Amino acid sequence: MGASLRELRQRRKSVMATKKITRAMELIASSRIIKAQRAAGRAVPFTRELNRAVSAVATYSKLDHPLTRQPSEEPKRVAVFFITSDRGMNGAYSANAIKAADRTVRRMLDEGKEILRYVVGSKGVSHLKFRQLAIEAQWEGFSDSPTYSDACSIADRLVADFLKPTEAGGVDEIWAIYTRMESMLTQTPRIRRILPLEVVEGVHEVGASELMPLYEFEPNPETVLDLLLPLYVRSRIWFFLLQSAASQLASQQRAMKSATDNAQQLEERLTRKANQARQAEITQEISEIVGGAAALAEQN
Amino acid sequence: MAGTVRVEVVAAEGLAWEGDALSVIARTTEGDVGILPHHEPFLAALVPCVAEILTQTGGREFVAVDGGFISVADNRVSILAGYAQLAAEIDGVTARKELESLEKLIESEAADEETLTRYQRLQVQVWASQRAQEQSR
Repeated sequence: MGASLRELRQRRKSVMATKKITRAMELIASSRIIKAQRAAGRAVPFTRELNRAVSAVATYSKLDHPLTRQPSEEPKRVAVFFITSDRGMNGAYSANAIKAADRTVRRMLDEGKEILRYVVGSKGVSHLKFRQLAIEAQWEGFSDSPTYSDACSIADRLVADFLKPTEAGGVDEIWAIYTRMESMLTQTPRIRRILPLEVVEGVHEVGASELMPLYEFEPNPETVLDLLLPLYVRSRIWFFLLQSAASQLASQQRAMKSATDNAQQLEERLTRKANQARQAEITQEISEIVGGAAALAEQN
Repeated sequence: MAGTVRVEVVAAEGLAWEGDALSVIARTTEGDVGILPHHEPFLAALVPCVAEILTQTGGREFVAVDGGFISVADNRVSILAGYAQLAAEIDGVTARKELESLEKLIESEAADEETLTRYQRLQVQVWASQRAQEQSR
């Protein structure tokens, strides 16, 4: 009996220590998530204005640009870019993103396309390495607080690979998988095509009586689009990174909250068991003493 | 021309300035351009420069931008850049010091792309704080 009591107490102690850790992580995540959400909110005007500018050039000047041109034949090589976290303790956040990426990859492989993988976050990297899949490029170390220059370096790499001809190792299409922050409770992986761009036609519908605004471009529409599109891709990546970071923190907060709750329950159960064991021990001791005393009395 | 024009200066990290203005001056790849209220739709690429906004109250705002775009439509001007900062928020002295140290690095041709971007950014910061100081004098 004595051994089991000690064991129970030891286990309870370790559960309590774990609970402290998970509670601390929950609090950290919930304070950082506000920051991440604010960052995501601040990036909205930039994305909105850029979308407006891109659709203005695309709509008001009928241009054929390498970044928007649809490849005439079926795309052969496809880049799949996905965002995971650097650390665990995020619940199913990374697993969900990886699952979504795997689904996309399988579908494309079925269509006979060649896949190149680009990944953000150590979790995604180790997932691919374990399966001995080639990684075209990887970025680590900023999954929960990305900066704009991180987004730039990713976007520049992707655009550079896209502009290379297919024979020279370039890609024909780029798809991104990120986790969208729907609310504190739901975060869903989303799959989006980054390149070639799908330009949404028209800033607003032109009514019958309304005239099409006549845009003036300086120096000329081609140059403007040349400069605008890389910036647009950067802003897409930047948006994806911020959304994913907020999702990661939300997911972490939720996972850590349920871990803390579970630890709490376990701790209560172990306390109860330990108390029972303690009482059983006392009872046994008493009955031993009583039994011993009775035996002595009989001898006399 | 009468009236004002709505101006938004937008950087990747957030809105740098917004408000109603009497005019906006920025430098495109072709040269300086001034935008007055009710300008025709216009879209141009900017070079790193200091954009000048003449506000409704008659004051002047200087914004350092590292390239990007200016677009005008429906009496709204938006200046889009990866980086944009108000002159009032720039520490001119620190920027100048760092600029000088980078200048040496660039002269010795040991600079990579990142330093060049940083250099360009500091350059516009210094310009903007200079302009703001001249203005307040």
